[in-house]
Amino acid sequence: MFEFCVDPKAIEGLKWLSCYLTTPKHAAMYYSILTVLGLLAAAVPPILLLGFAGALARRSGFAPIRWIGLGYTSIVRGVPDIVFFLFFPIALDQAVEVIRHKIKCPDVVGSVYQGNDFVVCQAAKMPLGPSPQWVHEAWGFTLAVVTFAIVFGAFTANTLHGALAAVPRGQLETARAFGMTDRQTFWRVHLPQMWVYALPGLSNLWMILIKATPLLFLLGIKDIVYWAKELGGMKTQAYTYSHPDWRVWYFAALLVFYLLLTWVSQRVFDRVFARASRGMSVAR
Amino acid sequence: MSCAESFSAYAFRAIGYGDRLLPKSDISLCDQIFLIGSGMIWNVYFAVVAILFGFVFATALAFARVSGPPYLRWPAEVFVFIFRGSPLFIQFFFAYELFVQLPRVGVEIPMGFATLTASTSWLTKAWLGATVVLFLNTSAYSAEIFTGALKSIPRGDNEAADAFGMTGFKRFRRIVFPTMLRLAWPSYSNEAIFLFHSTALVFFSGFPAWRREADGLYYASYFAEATFNPFVPYPIIAAYFVFFTLLIVGFFGLVSKRLNRHLAEPPKVKFRIGSMLSR
Repeated sequence: MFEFCVDPKAIEGLKWLSCYLTTPKHAAMYYSILTVLGLLAAAVPPILLLGFAGALARRSGFAPIRWIGLGYTSIVRGVPDIVFFLFFPIALDQAVEVIRHKIKCPDVVGSVYQGNDFVVCQAAKMPLGPSPQWVHEAWGFTLAVVTFAIVFGAFTANTLHGALAAVPRGQLETARAFGMTDRQTFWRVHLPQMWVYALPGLSNLWMILIKATPLLFLLGIKDIVYWAKELGGMKTQAYTYSHPDWRVWYFAALLVFYLLLTWVSQRVFDRVFARASRGMSVAR
Repeated sequence: MSCAESFSAYAFRAIGYGDRLLPKSDISLCDQIFLIGSGMIWNVYFAVVAILFGFVFATALAFARVSGPPYLRWPAEVFVFIFRGSPLFIQFFFAYELFVQLPRVGVEIPMGFATLTASTSWLTKAWLGATVVLFLNTSAYSAEIFTGALKSIPRGDNEAADAFGMTGFKRFRRIVFPTMLRLAWPSYSNEAIFLFHSTALVFFSGFPAWRREADGLYYASYFAEATFNPFVPYPIIAAYFVFFTLLIVGFFGLVSKRLNRHLAEPPKVKFRIGSMLSR
């Protein structure tokens, strides 16, 4: 990075640190912050969509759909999220591969589970063996996003369900009194009014979502936890930059990073609440 | 291996009894059920110890925040902010690395008849180190709940206590504390459930599983990797978690009944997972 970094063994102090913190590996770590933020950004739309579907399913007039909605939200919420983070990536991966196996290699007979092995034909591998590295990483990231969507979709469904129920009855009755159909009442009154009640719960979920992002590490994605472990470990003299075990400092930095992220989010949400509840007498 | 054999081999494997080796081939359903079940002993242990100690510390923190002097209030605020604002997963990693760096010293604890030498290296073991982290974490979350409850104690309660001439500890024990508990209980039972769920993180963070004695999820993921079939071990552990979660709900419901026994219509404990708290 800097010219004086040519021979790191010869320099020390702040100069050394500035060289050390700008190595390509550290750049990869800073880049992985984008991975975390990218996951947050990519996960929110499917989470809201699933949450909305779940909430509507729970209000459905058709009992089996209601049961599906209730089952989905209660099971996901009754079990630790980390269980799902370990389960879904493998399960989804296998499900996709089994489907591709059935389509692409119909002539291969026998179960895909052979003893303690999971066997599909080469053409059904996902992603394909010779694919470039970025395809593998993108596939892993997609599985992570889907997993987050499924888990947090259930939480969101619960929040939105509660918010839909919290809209005062009088408002809906008024809408009907104006001659609106059920559909109009829902889209023009019920849904817009719901958001005020949903915001506190959704902001909470956002905080939980932020605090769940380090679990990406468990899904085998090179996120900041991975880099903190990797870079913080002891480096002997064989390395250009040798240092003792510094993992505690790296994890302290991660703590500060997450504290900042949640703190900033809280500030933003406080403002949004203040705006959204202007003129409303909603007890918070 | 028959089911009875798997029971004797693995039912207490997680606390050091039974077969030394984990099942490698011909893994039966019974193996999975019993080994994962034995791992749940750790989850229950972590949760019970952390919640018991956390309850006391959280009460102290809440009082420090609401009515303590500034030199106690600010540390309490900072403590709660740090533990609620950062992921538990990172807290585990950080705490483990911190404990590893601690100088190796023994602390003598006189026990009357004998002296127990507590060594700091115990903190790097999951049974103590992870429990300490979980204890601090649940203290912060519970303190937030208790603070909210303390702030919403009806003013009339305090005025009535004044009218009766109650002060100091008597007033705390008879008026403030029971009212706080009553108000906080629904959220607090949620916190207990979440703490129980987060015990599953311990062996996936820095803390090593000594002699492969670990919690239920550790074994579940072991089976998923050994059999390449996630559809058996994960539903098993999910069922265990749902079972214990229902136990917690039942227990907290009983306590709630007792707390509200003098009220005409006891408000139901709201069982809403995912309402306010999670890590």
